[in-house]
Amino acid sequence: MSTEFIIIILVVIYLRRALKAKLFIPEWHDKLQLLLYASIGLLVVQVVTDNFRIILHWVGMIMLAWLLYILNKHEKFKEARFLVTAIVPYLVVSFVIEVIRLINVDLFNRWHSWTDAIQTFAFIWGIGTWIVTRRQRKELIKARQKAIEEEQNNKVISAMKAQLEVDVAERTAELRKQKEELEITLDELKAAQAQLIQSEKMASLGELTAGIAHEIQNPLNFVNNFSEVNKELLAEMKTEIDSGNFSEAKNIANDIQDNEEKINFHGKRADAIVKSMLQHSRSSSGKKEPTDINALADEYLRLSYHGLRAKDKSFNAKFETDFDDSIQEINIVHQDIGRVLLNLINNAFYSVSEKQRREIPGYEPTIKVSTKRLRDSFNPDRVEIRVADNGNGVPKKVLDKIFQPFFTTKPTGLGTGLGLSLSYDIITRGHGGELKVETKEGEGAEFIIILPTQ
Amino acid sequence: MKILVVDDERDIEVLFEQRFRREIKTGEIDFAFAYSGEQALDYLNQHVHEAVLILSDINMPGMSGLELLRHIKQKFSHPPPVVMMITAYGDAENYSQAMRLGADDFLTKPLDFSVLKEKLKEKVQ
Repeated sequence: MSTEFIIIILVVIYLRRALKAKLFIPEWHDKLQLLLYASIGLLVVQVVTDNFRIILHWVGMIMLAWLLYILNKHEKFKEARFLVTAIVPYLVVSFVIEVIRLINVDLFNRWHSWTDAIQTFAFIWGIGTWIVTRRQRKELIKARQKAIEEEQNNKVISAMKAQLEVDVAERTAELRKQKEELEITLDELKAAQAQLIQSEKMASLGELTAGIAHEIQNPLNFVNNFSEVNKELLAEMKTEIDSGNFSEAKNIANDIQDNEEKINFHGKRADAIVKSMLQHSRSSSGKKEPTDINALADEYLRLSYHGLRAKDKSFNAKFETDFDDSIQEINIVHQDIGRVLLNLINNAFYSVSEKQRREIPGYEPTIKVSTKRLRDSFNPDRVEIRVADNGNGVPKKVLDKIFQPFFTTKPTGLGTGLGLSLSYDIITRGHGGELKVETKEGEGAEFIIILPTQ
Repeated sequence: MKILVVDDERDIEVLFEQRFRREIKTGEIDFAFAYSGEQALDYLNQHVHEAVLILSDINMPGMSGLELLRHIKQKFSHPPPVVMMITAYGDAENYSQAMRLGADDFLTKPLDFSVLKEKLKEKVQ
């Protein structure tokens, strides 16, 4: 019995199963089917009868050869090509053995054991090849699977990365938007702060205006009155001249002269007041100029006083001054220092008028503005300005807050709370000086400014 | 007639002396000057019954003109001197307060001296 038919049958069955020949290669399917049946048929014949053994053997070999040939040649059987490698050795050996048997039977018989052995080896080779190929295939499949898995993982990771980047971009955009909003808010706050500072200035200017109006009124009155007097005197003088009383006319002329000097004096006084008011309203140039601090203090004291009187008719307080005449001009931005003085003096007047409301018998509201030159061997020359009042004083619990912006003890609407903080800024940052307060609650307070003369 | 003028501006003195030079020369009017409410009271205490008319500014440092007015009307009542207020602040509140305290008249600055002279003539009569 030859194994060729068995091999053919097995191969065809394998092909059918492995390659799903019906599906993929329908045209070969019929041919293979034919081959299969033929093989089965011839096998049966072989088993049943002992005749035609050699012919059948040769037919089997040829059929197998043909099968291997088509397996090797056609592209569609690529997957099964390993079968060719597996089976060809066996087929060749079988073929050679049959040829030997045909040519020289004796030789065949003598070498029978050898030929059997070789056939067996070829057979084992075939099986071996098949096993190895299967293993290779399996590993290939595994590797492919792994590759696919890895690819999928990579895809997942890429997707996650992409998502992360989207998230990060979103967050960054959010943060950027928040930053922009904060920047806008910051700008708005800065603008609001500038406005508040400006309105504080305008408020203090407004307070000044009433005082200044009064201050101007007086000199203007003198200008008017004295010039009217001079009109009368001139008429009198003309009469005396007509009457020939020249000495009397001369006396009158002297009086007229004196009056003219007074007119001139008061006119200049009004002019100076207007100029100082303009300077106060103009934004500070920031430039330091030599200034008479005593005159500045005196001017703002009077301005404050009249301003407060103009606002509140019941307001009344005494004020004293004590100026050190040895102080020459010091280098300051006089609008700023003037504003500071005004603020301190206004506060002092406010404090004493508040205390006056309590109607303590014998209470005389008084404020005192004094200047002194400070000279010692340790420090460069400085000037000390004190604004003292005998008002209510500063309570201990607010003492550390009074220089803070927006802090005020006045009822709503009466004070912005910026006066002392601006003053503090002007003195310390603007002029490198000091601003401190000494107070006794219920008895009064004294604000002390120390300024370097340079 | 003795008139006491109370004002913290010193040039008021010169102004009055100029404006009333004729009256001063003829002896019709005699002026005294005080530069504060306190000084005015001192003067009145020292020269009792001399001044028949007092012209006072309202806003002065220290004692205001209205306070002075109150003091005068309380302490010097026989006979009470005539007190006229002169002030730059010619507003209703000042006016009503002055009147309430017994002021005899209320004049605003700048002083119209002709009007003042008229009023003085009336008061004398």
